[in-house]
Amino acid sequence: MRILVGQGSCGIASGAKKTAAAFAEQIRAAEMDIPVDVTGCIGLCYLEPIVDIYDDNGKMTRYTKVTPDTAKLIFDAHVAGGTPYTPALIPAAGQAFLDKQTRVVMKNCGIINPERIEDYIASGGYRALSKAIRNMTSDEICDVVLGSDLRGRGGGGFPTGKKWVQVKRQSEPVKYVVCNADEGDPGAFMDRSIMEGDPHKMLEGMIIAGLATGAHTGYIYVRAEYPLAVHRLKIAIDQAKAHGYLGDRILGTDFSFDIHINLGAGAFVCGEGSALTASIEGQRGMPRVKPPRTVEKGLFEKPTVLNNVETFANVPEVILMGAEAFKSIGTPKNAGTKAFALTGNVNNTGLIEVPMGTSLRSVIFDIGGGVKNGKKFKAVQIGGPSGGCLTESHLDLPLDFDSLEKVGAMIGSGGLVVMDEDTCMVSIARFFMNFTQQESCGKCVPCREGTHIMLELLDDIVEARGTRETIDTLLDLGDTICATALCGLGKTAANPVISTITQFKDEYLAHVVDGVCPTGQCQAYRKYVVDEDRCVGCGLCRKVCPVHAISGGTKRTHKIDTQVCIKCNSCVSACKFDAIQII
Amino acid sequence: MELKRDEHACSHCCGGEYAALDRVLDKYKDVQGNLIIILQKAQEIYGYLPRDVIKRISDVTGHTQAKIFGVVTFYSQFRLNPIGKHLILLCQGTACHVNGSLAVEKAICHELGIKDKETTPDNLFTLNNVACLGCCSLAPVMMIKTGDTEETYGNLTADSAIEILEEIRRKEGLA
Repeated sequence: MRILVGQGSCGIASGAKKTAAAFAEQIRAAEMDIPVDVTGCIGLCYLEPIVDIYDDNGKMTRYTKVTPDTAKLIFDAHVAGGTPYTPALIPAAGQAFLDKQTRVVMKNCGIINPERIEDYIASGGYRALSKAIRNMTSDEICDVVLGSDLRGRGGGGFPTGKKWVQVKRQSEPVKYVVCNADEGDPGAFMDRSIMEGDPHKMLEGMIIAGLATGAHTGYIYVRAEYPLAVHRLKIAIDQAKAHGYLGDRILGTDFSFDIHINLGAGAFVCGEGSALTASIEGQRGMPRVKPPRTVEKGLFEKPTVLNNVETFANVPEVILMGAEAFKSIGTPKNAGTKAFALTGNVNNTGLIEVPMGTSLRSVIFDIGGGVKNGKKFKAVQIGGPSGGCLTESHLDLPLDFDSLEKVGAMIGSGGLVVMDEDTCMVSIARFFMNFTQQESCGKCVPCREGTHIMLELLDDIVEARGTRETIDTLLDLGDTICATALCGLGKTAANPVISTITQFKDEYLAHVVDGVCPTGQCQAYRKYVVDEDRCVGCGLCRKVCPVHAISGGTKRTHKIDTQVCIKCNSCVSACKFDAIQII
Repeated sequence: MELKRDEHACSHCCGGEYAALDRVLDKYKDVQGNLIIILQKAQEIYGYLPRDVIKRISDVTGHTQAKIFGVVTFYSQFRLNPIGKHLILLCQGTACHVNGSLAVEKAICHELGIKDKETTPDNLFTLNNVACLGCCSLAPVMMIKTGDTEETYGNLTADSAIEILEEIRRKEGLA
């Protein structure tokens, strides 16, 4: 028997370490000899902590939401007693969440122990490297990757094989492989999960990239906000070196490759290629004018392969299954699977992997279980601050690079934030603009000044100072920034604004023309009034009001002076009779 | 971000306490693209980047102090002033935003009497809003860093966030 406790960042945040300790304690007390092992995240974040118990025949029983107390009950029933503890078994919706996916890149996440290379090798790990290094020329490797139609999973969707061939062709003897693990999009965490759950897979992809392009050094640029991922990557690198998969003379051949980890220091713009390489060089992470492109002059001015975590993690699969088999997953020109982080107002939050081209409906409703609290679906923000929002009319759209581009959105890194009917789209647009404005590096004027002005205009609408003209200026300015900014961050900065104005024009107009925020989220549009039928005249609201906007005598209906009211909500919290209404 | 002039608030580094820093400088001074790595290690040692430490890094590596200052102020991770014992990293990512992180921030600010990037007068807490911690499914989320350990708390509400802070205060024997 073997007990496996999912310990990715979100598992640990849900208390998985305490759960694992509880099992260990029970086992010790019973003087049994059963290993309690660590694994990564299976993606069922909303059901964490998750515990898998394998019997001696390899049959697995999965328990969810296992607290230390439940752990004791499971131990008594299952481990000691031999019968599953049914109340904590994975619910049907959770099982469906997993069954409806196609896990290729993340197939080991939540299954193997990411801190033990033996587990990775036993699951077929490093077979692709061994095949590539012994039986394939660098041209053949590039051909397979090119032929597989694998496209960069970081946002742009550039064909990976094309990039590799371009780097391979450069005559410069020193080349680099760089892995972009600076997953900065708020709302995306698939790369973190891969690094935490199966770090060897992306290492293997990077080594194969080195082999194919003639590079001997790799860098992983990973966010400092991901300490667990860094920890597991370090372990993985040491183990890969000890087993001869990394370092000098890999697998006894003449090929040597080394990998360094560089920690990001907190700048979203460093997800952009040239800013990322500047940051590894120890500079301010500011993008530069292209060309020359990264494949010609990248890190330290040398030809550089730059791909993200998920892209590299696809490479071993491509090599093992071959181009044709890989292409059989997904849609034409959009081969393979894509990982999506499903969050926001959705029932089953977590990390999923589906074939490219899967419909948004199937992701949100079949896998995600629909909108939380029975509310109505309003929109989904895809691709983070560079992406756009999709509405009900897009639900049957296939999720792939080309289809999304046609409707003004992008896959980006794969964040899907579901929003229900209570979400104000103006306020969401403002949220993203605020983010981009803060993260603008300040190098080019359109982005530095333009995002600032756009934020001010959105503030005007949110704070009830906007007019129709504000909306027109926003669209105009958005187009200008898009056309003139230096890098991807600036070029896409206006996307959330343009896309929300396009999809939800009425909601913008309601703010600026009718003076109403239809969802009631924008505070400036709220009006606080006393419900005369409910008010008993207790005076509590009058006492808590910081600006003395409420008047009324004891046991008499109170009144709020809306001119004085600052909409702080204190009266609502104080009233015991629900007599304060927000209209 | 403002560099406090001539104010050596740091007790670790004054009086020639550069041994740990010098080991870092020795290891990385000839490494290509070393500056950010050295600054990160220096901040690990001192908790922030005191002026004299920046000067010493400049002297040994040859990067001008102006360049170092430029890099330090570019990245949100670097600090020119000391922080409290517990660093609260409050996630303001998209998922946290739609699940109410603003209310959590308001509650924490009210409870501690500080704003983003500020430290409580008793030096116990510093609050930093961060872009995304990548635990979106547990939104709203915060991570509290105390020395080398970090703890992540998910599904926060205004009340649960305050409870967590109170629990830390209790452990510190302050409440």
